[in-house]
Amino acid sequence: MKLSTADVDYVAKLARLDVTDAEKEKFTAQLNDILGYIDKLNELDTTGVAPMTHAIAVTNAFREDRVVESLGTQAAVANAPDPRGEFFRVPKVIE
Amino acid sequence: MDFETVIGLEVHAQLTTETKIFCTCSTTFGGAPNSHACPVCLGMPGVLPVLNKKVVEYAMKMALATNCTINPQNVFARKNYFYPDLPKGYQISQYAYPIAEHGYIWIEAGDEKKKIGITRIHMEEDAGKLIHDENNPSSYVDLNRTGVPLIEIVSEPDIRSPEEAAEYLKRLHEILVYLEICDGNMEEGSFRCDANVSIRPRGRKEFGTRTELKNMNSFRNVQRALEYEVKRQQYRVENGETIVQETRLWDDAQGVTNPMRSKEEAHDYRYFPDPDLVPVVIDADWVARIQSEMPELPLNMRERFVAEYGIPAYDAGVLTSDKALALYYEEVVRRCGQPKIASNWVMGDVLKYLNEDKRSIRECPISPVALSDMIALIEKGTISGKMAKELVEDMYKTGKPPQEIISEKGMVQITDEGQLAQTITAIIEANPAQVAQYRAGKDKIFGFFVGQVMKATGGKANPQLVNDLLKKALAG
Repeated sequence: MKLSTADVDYVAKLARLDVTDAEKEKFTAQLNDILGYIDKLNELDTTGVAPMTHAIAVTNAFREDRVVESLGTQAAVANAPDPRGEFFRVPKVIE
Repeated sequence: MDFETVIGLEVHAQLTTETKIFCTCSTTFGGAPNSHACPVCLGMPGVLPVLNKKVVEYAMKMALATNCTINPQNVFARKNYFYPDLPKGYQISQYAYPIAEHGYIWIEAGDEKKKIGITRIHMEEDAGKLIHDENNPSSYVDLNRTGVPLIEIVSEPDIRSPEEAAEYLKRLHEILVYLEICDGNMEEGSFRCDANVSIRPRGRKEFGTRTELKNMNSFRNVQRALEYEVKRQQYRVENGETIVQETRLWDDAQGVTNPMRSKEEAHDYRYFPDPDLVPVVIDADWVARIQSEMPELPLNMRERFVAEYGIPAYDAGVLTSDKALALYYEEVVRRCGQPKIASNWVMGDVLKYLNEDKRSIRECPISPVALSDMIALIEKGTISGKMAKELVEDMYKTGKPPQEIISEKGMVQITDEGQLAQTITAIIEANPAQVAQYRAGKDKIFGFFVGQVMKATGGKANPQLVNDLLKKALAG
């Protein structure tokens, strides 16, 4: 599978990244190298092997339903670039 | 042209756990903005979400109640998109491996029962709340709701009319509330519904192009929005126009649906398994344990009320429309042993007063004990049915037990034959014309005499005794 600069452009847009034309060329080449390397795995016959979603064998890591005190409003908004009173302020977005 | 409507519904139900799905923050509604937030639900880098076990168990309950298969292994996935109510840049949901699939519930469609398929149930986190500034190009973000547990219940496209859609939602809502896993409050957004709707010429197999409807916050609005949308689609098709696949918002005030202003490009969520959350494995023992904790479900209760108490299906439907009401009714029956009489009082007077005051049965001033005592007093003949009507109103207003009100008001039924006979003699003497008519064969005038006796005794006379004595006296 070969990625084009259009694919890189699309992924960059989804990730809200600004990339220059030169970077697009560079990333296209780099991403194709990575995908080519990973593609090596396709040479393995995985017939009858169930797909895995995680690299570790742990399952069922749970927490009991008990409340622990939260940070508090002031601490919660303290690190925001634009806090306003008890809120985070953001540019208006209506979908 | 004769069209068939095809509807599928997606319901989001907020679960009534104490804490959020992946952190220990409280889920309580209405706290100060951003007061229920921690590094996990704020999306700080380097934090580790840990799954609330109760969320899994609540989802299992819903899966069992809707006849779903619980998957032995389910996996959380990241749904990637940018929006300010979602600080991480992705929502943790389930995608390829949901907790449950392939279920169904029964609904009433006309006089028949109809099976509506459930495609899947999955667990996910809720997003925060945005408050838009009216005057400035700003929005304010409150992340208290971020991370509150939801289950999404997706139906098959088995629903064929807006009425069926409303009926399906009511049944689903009822199940969630009976299971005590969701408070069902639609105004506060604890139970939300999106609808997919399309039309096709009757008899055709292929589905038409569908639209997705959002922003309907009551059963009635879901039905109204679907009715409008079906008409809109039919009008377009009949006029040779095409249906555009899009999301439309219901405008309650105007009674129409409008296309949502969407971003220039289609969503591409790039789902992938969340590496922070390990798979959930559910074995048969766990399922059996949840099964053993399941309460009786509304459909079963409805059928049992008809079979066990011999009350009409209509009564059973009304009484089980609210779990608290059903339990109230059962308590009254258990104490007084009169299912139909109990049903008449609960559905008649008790519900009438509650509805007038917009109160729920939980706030009813008449306890099941008081109501069953009152029914017993009628059975014993201490009070008449007519007096009971008055009594129940006083019981509702004051919250006092019936015996107390009866002695306060001197509401005891007159069952003394001698006293009643005197009253009757006086009435017969005072109304010779009517007596003559009665004796001439005008039976209908009997009611007049009963009325006179009741008037004279302030409604306290035992009606059966009055009938007997009057008949004897009038026969002369």
